[in-house]
Amino acid sequence: MIVLEKRPQPSKAWSYATPLVAVLATMVFGGLLFAILGKNPLQAIGTIFWEPLFGEFAFYYRPQLLVKGAPLVLIAIGLSLGFRAGIWNIGAEGQYIMGAIFGAGAGLAFYPLDAFYIFPIMVIAGAFGGWLWAMIPAFLKVRFGTNEILVSLMLVYVAEQMLASVSLGLLKNPEGFGFPGSRNLQSYESAYNAELIAGSGMHWGVVTALIAVIFAYVLLNRHMLGFHIRLTGEAPRAAKFAGVNPARLILFCLGLSGALAGLAGMFEVSGPSGVVSIDFNVGYGFTAIIVAFLGRLHPVGILLAGGLMALTYIGGEIAQSQLGLPAAAIQVFQGMLLFFLLAFDLLTNYRIRAARSEVA
Amino acid sequence: MKFTSLLTSAAMALGLATGAMAEDKTKVGFVYVGPVGDGGWTYEHNKGRLAVEEHFGDKVETVFVESVPEGPDAERVMTQMALEGADLIFTTSFGYMDPTINVAKKFPDVKFEHATGYKTADNVSVYSARFYEGRAVQGHIAGNMTKSNIIGYIGSYPIPEVIRGINSAYVHAKKVNPDVEFKIVWAYTWFDPAKEADAATVLIEQGADVILQHTDSTAPQAAAQEAGNVVTFGQASDMSEYAPFPRVSSIIDDWAPYYIARTQAVMDGTWESANTWDGIREGMVAIGEISDAVPADVKEEALALKAAMAAGEYHPFTGPLKKQDGSDWLAEGETADDGTLAGMNFYVEGLEGEIPQ
Repeated sequence: MIVLEKRPQPSKAWSYATPLVAVLATMVFGGLLFAILGKNPLQAIGTIFWEPLFGEFAFYYRPQLLVKGAPLVLIAIGLSLGFRAGIWNIGAEGQYIMGAIFGAGAGLAFYPLDAFYIFPIMVIAGAFGGWLWAMIPAFLKVRFGTNEILVSLMLVYVAEQMLASVSLGLLKNPEGFGFPGSRNLQSYESAYNAELIAGSGMHWGVVTALIAVIFAYVLLNRHMLGFHIRLTGEAPRAAKFAGVNPARLILFCLGLSGALAGLAGMFEVSGPSGVVSIDFNVGYGFTAIIVAFLGRLHPVGILLAGGLMALTYIGGEIAQSQLGLPAAAIQVFQGMLLFFLLAFDLLTNYRIRAARSEVA
Repeated sequence: MKFTSLLTSAAMALGLATGAMAEDKTKVGFVYVGPVGDGGWTYEHNKGRLAVEEHFGDKVETVFVESVPEGPDAERVMTQMALEGADLIFTTSFGYMDPTINVAKKFPDVKFEHATGYKTADNVSVYSARFYEGRAVQGHIAGNMTKSNIIGYIGSYPIPEVIRGINSAYVHAKKVNPDVEFKIVWAYTWFDPAKEADAATVLIEQGADVILQHTDSTAPQAAAQEAGNVVTFGQASDMSEYAPFPRVSSIIDDWAPYYIARTQAVMDGTWESANTWDGIREGMVAIGEISDAVPADVKEEALALKAAMAAGEYHPFTGPLKKQDGSDWLAEGETADDGTLAGMNFYVEGLEGEIPQ
């Protein structure tokens, strides 16, 4: 018989090893899935992980990894700070949408003025939109003790309705023949979040994501506030004695994660997407939760995890068109990643031992 | 599920053939907004793709990517297809419009065909079907079938294409049943079985005994079947698994002839940017079999209506018609012009509620 025995201390080795083991297990079982679907599993996994990085058209896919990964990393960094302190912002998707609406709205308000200050104003507006949306669950939690998980999640659906509303009304392109969706910001130079070097995929959102990683690293390791965040998550009672103000921490963590999600939305709408449309959001806010945990809530880990998720998206699309793998199989593959991560996480806190069955 | 795996294995056989691809093969790519197994919109586009394969045999190679979100992801998928040597790419959702134009700029030698949009370029055509002709037949049957005089309508997005359908169905339901009333629910999705089922249930609870849908899944059919006495129509695809009741007829999009013709044009080097809007006459819109649940005389009238449109003798929007606000739209005998129809953003007189703005 096999029993689980709680470790006296969480295993440091396992906490580093589980993401790698999870990726390996995903490859094995994903390969099995692909084999059942009648594909060559090695070829399929090769296509997903190899093709975007080193394949024939890697010159196009590598920059795309930045485009796809940057919003994930930016949002996940914000979420991870709260998660560490036990503050669960599940509504980043909604904050992402609000950031896009505020950012694009600020830019379109100036249309067709050509001025250098428009883009910076959009950046501030985007961050403000996300922050504002996150402040709702934060305020309700601090003031009335509501559950931030539920409130922030429900606000995603409210944000989606707002998005539909502005796409059909307030921000609708006046030259769009009555079709929903805003003007394309890509063709409005002052508001366009263009690639900094053509063909590099490097836009302001990517730069901001990298800055956020460094900022979060410094905050957590070198700053009193970072210490308070970690302490609150690991030992809430001790945090109380250390003089941590829980209300302030909630406002800070939710506000910051909201602002970062808002920034991600703003950079997306003003760059790669270009248009505020009903289907603008594609789930970055939710995928970022996976990225945050896959990266062990550590800034550098999140950077790597964001890259990995982006890789499975882009590689998955290539596998679809080259090998005819169904989209659902790719989604299962991505889901496995989180599943195995959580499953192997058990080994950080528990060890498996063979035990003789005893008569009770 | 079974069907999906069938398609998958078909696609796999294709994928294997890719390795041995000869240079002179014409490569055709398809970008789908839903899964090929949605039983509606994407399913029919994929049938068109399979028809292209069957027609040209080993002279073509087709590739597709399904469930592609509208936006930067679509742009990447199209770029990927173009990079891998596609000669012709069909992008089959309205939201792919700007991405299609962007990618087309980068690949001037690749031809693009965007469904239901309005932006063209030297290497971008647009195509769509006059679904509102099918809606006329549907409205006629619906107006006759309803006993509660309440017809439920599941709208996807309040865009001209959908509004045209509502207006056309309403005009023809009202003609045969002056007491008829439409209740419209906006689902803000093309494909989401859960939301569509919710919308159908809400409409049934409000007394609707006929449900029309402009969304792609069969969930409303299932909801109607459960309710027992509610009539539905197949959307985009025949949805004949729910025949003869609740599904009494359907509007079928038949893209195959168009896809074959455009592929042929690329092969011949005669492809030109075009704006195609075909209907019942050209066969792009078909009416699925009207089941025996519909009284014989109603069926006969419906078929006559269809024949009149096929012959070009009847236009679904023929005056006198007024707009919802009571202002005049079409005078006696006047028919709507394509420009107005393409950008239709108003309800006809008698419809209640407002188009979401």
